[in-house]
Amino acid sequence: MITLLLAQTIAITGGTVYPVSGPKIEHATVLIRDGRIAAVGTGVPIPADATRIDAAGKWVTPGLIDGGGQMGLVEIGAVGGTREGRVQGDTIAAAFNVAEGLNPASQLIPVTRIEGITTALATPGGHLVSGQAVLIDLDGATIEQMLVKSPVGIVADLSEGAKDEGGGSRAAVAQRLRTVFRDALEYERRRVDFSRAQIEPLAASEADLEALLPVLHGQVPLLVIANRRSDIETALRLAREFKLRLILAGAQEAWEVAGDIAAAGVPVLVEPLDNIPSYDALGVRYENAAALARAGVKIALLETNTHNSRDLRQQAGNAVSYGLPWDQALRAITLTPAEVFGVADRYGSLDVGKVANVVVWSGDPFEFSTGVEHVYIRGREIPLTSRQTELFERYRHLPPAY
Amino acid sequence: MRPMWILALPLVAACAAASARPAAQTPAPAAVAETTSVQRPQYPSSYRRHQNPPVLIRNATIMTATGQEIAGGSILFRDGRIVSVGATVDAPADAVVIDGTGKYVTPGIIDDHSHLGVYAAPGTDAESDGNEATNPVTAEVWAEHSFWPQDPQIPLAIAGGITTIQALPGSANLIGGRSAVLKLIPARTVQEMKFPGAPYGLKMACGENPKRVYRNRGPSTRMGNMAGYRAAFIQAEGYRQRWDKWNRTHQGDPPQRDLRLESLAEVLRGNMLVQNHCYRADEMAQMLDLAHEFGFKIRSFHHAVEAYKIADLLAREGTAASVWADWWGFKEEAMDGIHENAALVQAAGGRVVIHSDDPGGIQRLNQEAGKAMQAGNRAGVPVTRDQALRWITANPAWVLGIDSIVGTLEPGKMADVVVWSADPFSVYAKALQVYNDGWLVYDRNDPAHQPRTDFELGQVPAPGGDR
Repeated sequence: MITLLLAQTIAITGGTVYPVSGPKIEHATVLIRDGRIAAVGTGVPIPADATRIDAAGKWVTPGLIDGGGQMGLVEIGAVGGTREGRVQGDTIAAAFNVAEGLNPASQLIPVTRIEGITTALATPGGHLVSGQAVLIDLDGATIEQMLVKSPVGIVADLSEGAKDEGGGSRAAVAQRLRTVFRDALEYERRRVDFSRAQIEPLAASEADLEALLPVLHGQVPLLVIANRRSDIETALRLAREFKLRLILAGAQEAWEVAGDIAAAGVPVLVEPLDNIPSYDALGVRYENAAALARAGVKIALLETNTHNSRDLRQQAGNAVSYGLPWDQALRAITLTPAEVFGVADRYGSLDVGKVANVVVWSGDPFEFSTGVEHVYIRGREIPLTSRQTELFERYRHLPPAY
Repeated sequence: MRPMWILALPLVAACAAASARPAAQTPAPAAVAETTSVQRPQYPSSYRRHQNPPVLIRNATIMTATGQEIAGGSILFRDGRIVSVGATVDAPADAVVIDGTGKYVTPGIIDDHSHLGVYAAPGTDAESDGNEATNPVTAEVWAEHSFWPQDPQIPLAIAGGITTIQALPGSANLIGGRSAVLKLIPARTVQEMKFPGAPYGLKMACGENPKRVYRNRGPSTRMGNMAGYRAAFIQAEGYRQRWDKWNRTHQGDPPQRDLRLESLAEVLRGNMLVQNHCYRADEMAQMLDLAHEFGFKIRSFHHAVEAYKIADLLAREGTAASVWADWWGFKEEAMDGIHENAALVQAAGGRVVIHSDDPGGIQRLNQEAGKAMQAGNRAGVPVTRDQALRWITANPAWVLGIDSIVGTLEPGKMADVVVWSADPFSVYAKALQVYNDGWLVYDRNDPAHQPRTDFELGQVPAPGGDR
């Protein structure tokens, strides 16, 4: 439900353009009209009414997509009143869609988008089945204006984090999920009996079972957090049994079974800078992203620290340091997440007709020396200001003027 | 009678490796009349320098952290000391010569705020040894007594170029205990890692954490926090006076020893450096008043996300600001963190440290310093490369009171040296070799120099290897 507020034409000229869907183009123009990309390439005629942005010497990429975190769902980590990403008391919370918890006025949004992140997954958490994740653009006065897609997937947790809810054993977690999935299908077959209470109690509420049906019919992905190799294998097994569209997230030991994941055609959301061993994943290592990509797994990168979603760039740069080819790293924060989340027809690359989320950088987006020069979200130029830039301006000369 | 423990002679620097070093600038070992128990050889360092051949790294970009960046330069170190740094350095016949073409060389990176070893991986309750959260004032606990040398996070940090850390108690308490200043090397015991001659730090904490942890018993407010520090130091003043008097006169029985007050008295004597977790500008100003009341100095405000608001005050007081490049927002007192914090403190003449407080961040302090430097440069608050390098070398060395020994590449300094694959402020740079006191503790291209902890054996796959 893209809302295009502005009828405006913008021509970003002379930059090195990284469409992501194809090779980079030197001295190229990106033409934005009415919130969409109207043209990309050299020799693009520039309409007389276009606002011209000189990008000579600059790099132009699609807006970056963070495939994780809780953008819009958390303001201050330690303040419960500002957290919306977890519904209380419901182990199977499949019906919980986070969208109406989004805060379009969140301070994190300007802080993040002025560093080139234009789109993010807002993910529920905290349960065995935590709810429905949604994809948002980091602009818009209302929830409706921010939403790109809802739901993107239903989040389930096969990591150590959900064990208590699953019954204290990894085996119980898997069995619990199986029971819930079977009961959802049973519920679907016997809706009438259910409404007359002529059925044994089922493993989750009616609303949650109903919400799982699109997952069980392969219409909505199940986004599974799993880190240990055996948990990843359990996720793959469940996906085979129930014919699920699976997305793996976290997946710290995925490099150990990269071939199996590739063979299953399952995409993986990876946080490249994960490398602290835990009993959930003793095999966690920096090379995970590169190893998966080498095996042919479709990967998208995450920065799960929502306040520093802007460090997605640093995550990508480090993935490159540890073996991921640069072009694939850029793809893993643009076009690949768009594909994984089912919005590649509109997002993720600089192609004609796509939503005009575009960033002009002073150089390599992964480098610290690089600054953001322009950000466009749905064709709207985003002012490069945030609460943090205001604090900086206030205190750059002491004492401050209040 | 004098207890046995007072009969032993002061032997603080009882380590061969330390005896050859220049004395730490601050603080000087206390005069006898101004000491109580800590001047005795209690819990001594057993650190020993490893024997190694001399090493000459040549044709590298040498970043000295003393204002120089020498392109095509060389550095020679021998017996754990830097011998020479410059455009041309002669190689002794027995030197291992490293071709540094295209590489960068910096001092070993120092993290003045780490919980490695006290909050060790794999992060279960069994390794949760960082907060003695049983009393708001626990100046009597020492981080070294929690430190686990087999923490698998240690080799990861070494691979990030870290050569020295300050391992701190956590921030649950107003006064959390003594820090441990450690050489980050593979070792069986923490004693083997203790930086010889380094003064202790005392961890103190402002703000939300103590008042949250103790809300039922107090302190439950920021004013309660302040009253808590003051009550503790008032007690410590009396304790110090009793001991100082007895040490002068040796009349009668010695005062009863009190481990908690012993640490605080050492702060009052200037022998122990206050390392103060404090986020908000107004609270830092309160803590500076507290320090004035009792006549001690706060060495550094750690986390200090609002240091930029009082950068002038911090510069005037000579208190460092140990900060992150970009952390913010995880709690209310962290809401006003900005990217330019480090740059603004630097511009005001303050002393900046980029610290980690995190087992991930410690692996890339070079990147974090680069990030903070570039944020300043982009905002029109220029930071030089040398200044940014000092944020993770010379300045944390000062915060730990060991800046005459480590933190720069100068003849006579300890040979803590990192060879980087590229400009260390680039996201793509990796530490290739890490020398700690001349010992090659890490070599990215040689598995023989990639130390692994006991914890990792048989359960954590080796770097580059399969399960």
